[in-house]
Amino acid sequence: MGRRENLSIHSDPVELRQVRSAIEAGGTRVGFNKKDCHAMALAVDEALANVIKHAYGGAADKKIEIEIEELNEEVKEQGLKVSIRDFGKAVEISKIKGRKLTDIRPGGLGVHIMRKVMDKVVFECPPSGGTLLRMVKYRRNEQKRKETTD
Amino acid sequence: MPTADRSSSDIVKQVRHLSEAVAVDISGDVDLQRSPALRKTLAKLIEETPGRLILNLKEVGYMDSSGVATLVEALQRIQRKQGRLLLHSLNPRVQSIFEIARLESIFEIYPSEDEALRA
Repeated sequence: MGRRENLSIHSDPVELRQVRSAIEAGGTRVGFNKKDCHAMALAVDEALANVIKHAYGGAADKKIEIEIEELNEEVKEQGLKVSIRDFGKAVEISKIKGRKLTDIRPGGLGVHIMRKVMDKVVFECPPSGGTLLRMVKYRRNEQKRKETTD
Repeated sequence: MPTADRSSSDIVKQVRHLSEAVAVDISGDVDLQRSPALRKTLAKLIEETPGRLILNLKEVGYMDSSGVATLVEALQRIQRKQGRLLLHSLNPRVQSIFEIARLESIFEIYPSEDEALRA
């Protein structure tokens, strides 16, 4: 099993920076390049922003739990898995979709960014309420190959 | 002669009123926490001095979709007044969100302020 880090934050935008740092640190340990680490931090940041805006309606004092799991050599594929649990208004999973990029307007980009950056984006509605979001990004074979030839 | 003033918001480091444009130096993260202040400042500037607005993003280390939304809104607002919004000096991290959102083509993006001023 890979290394796991659990973070518990309030739904306050000021706390998102520490999560971005933790994602980048985890990504670096797994071996992602800097660009992928930044992109994963962005995807997680967008997910958390959606929780704050939609699940908690902008309230800054609600709980969000984040688990960052480093998938390393001991498991089949290397990568980073991030789970985000909120206890707010459950999302209607069927209605979650990124807007069309040809529709140029402010907002609505978060889900598009999450899906573009991560390999897996899965929303679940636990029986106890709220939403659980699981996202995974695997290291690309090209990146692994490059290391073996360097 | 250009005039400069300090903004009440720390996200806007400086606003310079040049003869051919208004240049805004933006500083720090442009994220969910700080985007509303930038949105307010840009809306005010576009209302007061429509024309050419040049945003210096050199000191912006991180931008999320709320920051991009703020810039899209400013672009649409200034275009309605027949003005132009020009961005320059984006670091690779900020550049990447424009690429992911495929928005590089709707913004005028330049490597430096000199080139933005000449455009």
